[in-house]
Order: sequence, then C-alpha cells, then structure tokens
Amino acid sequence: MKAYDIVIVGGGPAGLAAAASAKKAGIDSILILERDKELGGILNQCIHNGFGLHTFKEELTGPEYAGRFIDIVEDLKIEYMLNTMVMDISADKIVTAMNREDGMFQIKATTVILAMGCRERPRGALNIPGYRPAGIFSAGTAQRLVNMEGYMPGKEVVILGSGDIGLIMARRMTLEGAKVKVVAELMPYSGGLKRNIVQCLDDFGIPLKLSHTVVDIKGKERVEGITIAEVGKDGKPIPGTEEEYSCDTLLLSCGLIPENELSRGMGVEMSPITSGPIVNESLETNIPGVFACGNVLHVHDLVDYVSEEAGRAGENAAKFVKNGGKAATGESVEIIATEGARYTVPKTINIDRMDDLLTVRFRVGAVFKDSFISVYYNDERVLHRKKNVMAPGEMEQIILQKKELAAYNGLKTITVKIEKE
Amino acid sequence: MNPKDSFLFGSIFIDAEKEKDMYDVVIIGAGVSGCAVARELSRYQVSVCVVDKCEDVCCGTSKANSAIVHAGFDAESGSLMAKLNVEGNAMMDALSKELDFPFRRNGSMVVCTSEDELDGLKVLYDRGVKNGVPNLKILNREEAHKMEPNLADDVCGALYAPTGGIVCPFNMTIALAENAFENGAEFKFDTEVTGIVKGDGSYTLKTGKGDIEARYVVNAAGVYADDFHNMVSAKKIHITPRRGDYCLLDHTAGTHVDKTVFALPTKYGKGVLVTPTIHGNLLVGPTAIDIEDKEGVNTTREGLDELTQRASLSVKNIPMRQVITSFAGLRAHEDGHEFIIGEVEDAKQFIDVAGIESPGLSSAPAIGVMVADLLRDLMHLEKKADFKATRKGILNPSELSLEERNKLIKENPAYGTIICRCEMVTEGEIIDSIRRPLGARSLDGIKRRTRAGMGRCQAGFCSPRSMEILERELSMKQEDITKAGGASKIVVGRTKEQ
Repeated sequence: MKAYDIVIVGGGPAGLAAAASAKKAGIDSILILERDKELGGILNQCIHNGFGLHTFKEELTGPEYAGRFIDIVEDLKIEYMLNTMVMDISADKIVTAMNREDGMFQIKATTVILAMGCRERPRGALNIPGYRPAGIFSAGTAQRLVNMEGYMPGKEVVILGSGDIGLIMARRMTLEGAKVKVVAELMPYSGGLKRNIVQCLDDFGIPLKLSHTVVDIKGKERVEGITIAEVGKDGKPIPGTEEEYSCDTLLLSCGLIPENELSRGMGVEMSPITSGPIVNESLETNIPGVFACGNVLHVHDLVDYVSEEAGRAGENAAKFVKNGGKAATGESVEIIATEGARYTVPKTINIDRMDDLLTVRFRVGAVFKDSFISVYYNDERVLHRKKNVMAPGEMEQIILQKKELAAYNGLKTITVKIEKE
Repeated sequence: MNPKDSFLFGSIFIDAEKEKDMYDVVIIGAGVSGCAVARELSRYQVSVCVVDKCEDVCCGTSKANSAIVHAGFDAESGSLMAKLNVEGNAMMDALSKELDFPFRRNGSMVVCTSEDELDGLKVLYDRGVKNGVPNLKILNREEAHKMEPNLADDVCGALYAPTGGIVCPFNMTIALAENAFENGAEFKFDTEVTGIVKGDGSYTLKTGKGDIEARYVVNAAGVYADDFHNMVSAKKIHITPRRGDYCLLDHTAGTHVDKTVFALPTKYGKGVLVTPTIHGNLLVGPTAIDIEDKEGVNTTREGLDELTQRASLSVKNIPMRQVITSFAGLRAHEDGHEFIIGEVEDAKQFIDVAGIESPGLSSAPAIGVMVADLLRDLMHLEKKADFKATRKGILNPSELSLEERNKLIKENPAYGTIICRCEMVTEGEIIDSIRRPLGARSLDGIKRRTRAGMGRCQAGFCSPRSMEILERELSMKQEDITKAGGASKIVVGRTKEQ
C-alpha cells in the first residue's frame, strides 16, 4: 500500500491552499485527490469577478483565482490525481479511492485534510409542493450548464433563495438574454452578500421579495409557472398573498450543505449547526491527524477566507507529521457561541498549541443593527466591538491573542455573543 | 442486428412491410402489471406488443408507490386481491432471483396506539390466516418495541408479518419488460392509444402513431383502464385516481426502522407507513386524496404536512430534516375496490387488468401468470421451446470484491469513473442502462435503472454528466435530451443564441 504524510481530499481552493502551505512547511509527501477532471473545484464555473481582493489585493475571476493556486501547486511539484473519487476513509486513515487507470486502490495517510467542499440544498429538501417537471435547477447546476457546458437552462426565470450563487446567476442569466422575473427569499433578510444584491439584482432591476416562498410549481413536463406567496412570522405562507409568474425555469439557491459523508464514515464528530466537523484551534477534528478546511468545515462567503483557513490546516497537518503523528495533549478551552452567535470555528482552543493570533469565525442567526460583538473570558467581558449591521449572510470574525489567553488565570470558557449595548 | 437496433427501428420496418401493425395480443400500459403479463405471455408462441403513451416502462403508478410487497392480510378474504397478493408475495423470492432485481423480506408490522384498537389487530390477524398469510403473530407492547425500538411510545400492540417485503419497483418492472423483450415481445413507447374500434374477431387501436390491430387486447392502463374498458363495454367501470404523497429520506435515515411500519388501516387505505427502501433510504407515505386529474401527481403543502404529522403517530423522531425529495403517485382505485381481471363479458377478446391499486405491485407476478393462463386457454397457445427465463440486471460494482472490481475496471475503464457521487454510480452502469434492451433514453430513465440522480443532491452534480453520456451514446443533441420524454427538455438551447 502506498503511503503519504498528507492526503488531501479535494482539489478545490481549500485543498490547493492546504497543500501549498504544507509543502512550504517542509512536507514533501503530499497527495491531492480530486474527483473532477481538473483542479480548482467550483471556482472553475464562477466566471464572474470579485475573487482575491484579500489574498492577492486584486479582483480576479474564479478560474483566475484557482489558476494562481494551481500554479503554486505545480511549481511546488505537489502530487495530485484527477478524476479520482475517494470512496472511503477508515478511522485509521486508510484512504480508498478509484479512477479509470488505477482501478480501486488504498493509500495509508499519516494525516488527512478534508477539503471536499459543499453541495446545494435540492428542491426536495425544501419540501416545495407541486409537480416535478424539467426546468428546476439548483443555481450551481445552472451555473455549470451556462458557464462550462454552454447551454441555457431556460428563458424566463424565477429564483428561490437569495444565496450568493442565486444572485450571481440572476445576473448571468440576464446577461445571457433570459428574463429573471423575481428572486423570492423565505427569510426577512438576504442570504447573500450585500455587494451581490447591489451588483446582481439592483443594477438589473430584478426585484427581491423578502419573506416570500414558492408555494406551487405548475407544468407537468417543463415548468410553466411558479406561484410565490408571502410568509408570516411562523414561516408559513399567508393565504391571499399568492402571485403567479409565468416562467420555464426555477433556480434554487437555498443554502449549501457541507459534503461530509466521508467524514461521517470515518467517525468524525459533526456540528449540527454547521453540518461540518467540530474542530480545535488547529482545525483538527476529534480524530487526531484529521483536519478540515473550507466549505466542508463551514460554508464561507469569500474564497479568500477559505484559502487562509486552509493554509492554516496545511501548516497544522505539517506540524502533526513532524511531531511524529502524536495526538495533542493538554487542556482545552471551549468557545461558547450564544445569544445571536450561532457557532464558532474553532470550537475549542488548546492554548499551548495555538498560534500567536487565532482567527475565530462565526455567523449570526438574524440581522442585528447597531449591536456589539462581545467576547467573555469566563464571566468577564474582554471585547465589545460595535457593528452597524450584522447579517447571517456575512461571516464575522474575532482574533484571539495567545499571550492574553495564556495570562488569564483559570480560563475555562470563552463566550461569543451579540449584545445590544 | 443487435437487440438495441431492432428496438429502435423495429416498428419502422414493420410499417414499411405492411399497412398496419398486427399482433396476437396488444397490452396497453407498460407498468408492472402490463410488463408482468408480457413476460408470462412471452413463454408462448404468440406475438405480443406492449404500447405505452410514455417514453419508457414504469412511468405511472408503478414508479410512485410504497415499493413494498404486502404480506396479504389486508384484502377481504375470498377476494381476488387477497388471493393474488398472497400468491404474488410467495413468488417474489424466485422471481427476483430469476430476473435479478432487488427484493428483501424485511417483515412488516401494523401498529396500534390505543387499547381499543387491539381488536382491529385481531381482525387483521384472523383475515390474514384465512387469506393464507404464513407466520403472522400478534405482539404485545414490549415485544413490539423490542422488535422496532423507534416505534412511537404510544404503540401498545402490533401485528407482525415476517413475509412482508421491500422491492425496487423500477427494477422489477424493467426486469419483467427486458425479459419479455428478450423473449420476443415488442414495445412501442410514446404511443398513446386514443381509441379502440371493435372489428370482426379483432380490435383496432387508434394511436398517435397509426393503427395497431390486435386479436386480443389486455387493458393494463392503470388510472386510465376505465377509459379503455368503457370504449368497448356497455358495463361501465369507474376509476378514481387516489393520490398519495410521499417523502423520501436520505440513507442517513435508512435504518430508523427495519420493518415496514403501518398504522392500522382506515377507510382511506392502509394509513401512512414508514419503511426502509430496498436501497437503504427511508420512505414515509402515502396520503390518500381522491382527485379528478389522471396526471395530477403534484404534491401539496397540506399533503406533505399531513404525512409528517400522521407518520409520527406510529414512529417517533423521524428525522424529517433528512428529506431529499417528495413525490406523489396515483392509485387506480376502482369503485368496487377489487381487482378486475378477466375477459370483458360484452367484449370478447378484451381482457381487463383494471383497478390494480395496492397491493398491485405485490400481486403483479401472480397477475402475470393469471392473465397468461387465461390467454393460453382462450387462444390455445403452445409453449416456446427457447424461452429464456432469466435476465441479468445492471451490474452493481459495489457488490464486487476489490479484485473483481479492479478486473472489471481494467476490462472497461468506464467502471472506474463515478458519475453520481451520492449513490456512487459509475459511468459503466449508466452506459449499460442505455445500451441494454429497452434502454434508458432520458435522465429519469437512467435514474430508475441505475439510481444516478436519486441521491441526496437530487442530480445537481450528475445531470450535466449524464446528459453528456446520453448525447454520446444515442447521438442526440443536448437540446433534445429530456428529463422524462415529451416536452420535458432540460436545456432550451446554446448560450449566445438569444
């Protein structure tokens, strides 16, 4: 059986950045396993710009951003296999994979970095009633058809959900000559970035209807019409508010689900909130030597943050290898997310192992205006930072200092919450 | 000519050779009943043609149901339903092996939640014994909860039927059809019968693709069977499409129950059931809503809400967050709630297979034999010497050992490429599903044969790839590829054309 120090599952932005930083940290034995026919992951179909402002201080398209990292991986001579599906990972890090040339094979890994990304929530999971005709696509599938395959999914479009891919596709479909009639969003706020609402909807005069959902799909063979209705505070449609749109296409952009079947299969402990692994300060799961980063860990808004996070996962995997594959020891402090903060990544911190500065990312559960991000060490408030607006669609972060945590006597818990004053 | 060519071009040749198609037997409807009849008839020296308005077999009631094989305690004793259910159930092991489709006897339980319903269980038990259902047992509260730990806390007793089973209704129907085809039966798809004219010793079926003449007609048209019956008979029958909404849950929920769990039946059917599927999902359903529209397979919010609520009465903590799709099917409910199978009294040579609602899937093997026997006697049919009773299904590589799998990939590298990530379906399986007799021609055709697109992402990832394979294999343009035939096209054209 072949053996590698680090096996990275997924050659998208997370996997590429993790591989590059692990290699720079001095590990030579690295293998990236990618199921698609090229590296770059979902970025390859994101032909719009807006990527890389943080990482490269310039605005790139998705393929350009991916290209930068692919070049780095090529320059560093990091091994990768394309068209290769990981079928299973055992708890003791035996990776079973398959492709056309090598058949099914196994690899022994000292560390595994999970970087499988996420998938879109399908119509069925949304329990939208009605017929099941052709013409219903998740926004990402439509994006692939248009941007990579060169086919139009439809001419008259209704979009349910205001996630970023849906917003981007509203613009793309419009530019390709389709008529996007409305974007309906179940929640009273958008699920996407503010800049996407402005650039993709407002600039094209596409209405966004908040607190609205699809209540019926018409058409037995191909979509012929969509009925949307306003929803009340209970999330249920309000009778009498129905509006019909004649259209041939319904795009769904209703959330992304981290793709963790392999993680679950190997016994990685999962967060019910993020649907991703629960990780410590090293982005390491409950299985020593198994790390996670990118959208498989928690869904990000910006690929720049994915690259940064994945870089840390790569460095930490390298450290694990250099330490001879020994599991961490010592006490950990738990981060509690509460009162408006839904979760944090990481969930626990081993102060001995943390970097001098540690970025903790989280999302809020509702829209907060003129509120404060507060951080408590035990019961003492140590950070109180005002934000004009916080929304579930935009990830928040705080930065913790190692020396501060180490100096705090009897630190048991760190609490992150949103406070009005 | 290979079988695929004859399937694609057969009718063209026939058209060229004679004025209209002529068969000894024409079966209307390529659902499980029609295909079972075709398969049993193909044992005999007789020309058989199955016609269906859809683009594939298994497009109506057969594709959207509970996918279970009933034990047979439910139907009235002495009814044809009871007889064929018990017979069909008993035939299922041998048939599933012969035709290579998945079937498992997981056992079923009817549960009740109040002490005064316990009598109802006894009624079912007695009826089951009378119907010939083997090994029935009434379980007390403790026994029931021990057998199925996720039963609702209120469950205070159950009828247990070890012969209850789960089956893949798609593969069962497809297997019957393929085997019938291999043994000479013809199939005409996208061929809607619009009228039937009684002639001298035969019937002429008017279709959108010309007339077809048949000495005998088998009316296995599901919810439309009353329409065809009423075209030839003065004794009218009436079928109500009774809609059932279902929710299908991901594999992660597939072991929530092991047995098929029914609530005690009501006058609207067998109640909402919770069952594992043969492919490891969890299925919750159906509702029972009488409608008018014979194509009315739309789910409704009320229906889906009702399901969730009623299912929780018999099974607790169903993880409804794991729902990956919901769908509705129509039961062909005849007013008399009985299978109508036999030669129509005032229309000789016209055989009804009507009112085939639950337990129709369970009964299908026995229905096939019953109708074939009937036609054998009426037509004095002789057996074929070269009937081939077995059929091999699409190879499932996940059942192979590592060595076998690698040998397969070496011989055919397409088995090394995963197309559907959720169900782990390889390109090799998809190509097989297209190339085999009566092969897939649409995304749903591929899905029903291989499960590609059936998983948790519901074809988000694999549909563009499956479309490429269809394009290549069938020399189709992507613009012509459909979800399920007809006008269900996936894309409307190239970009930059608008």
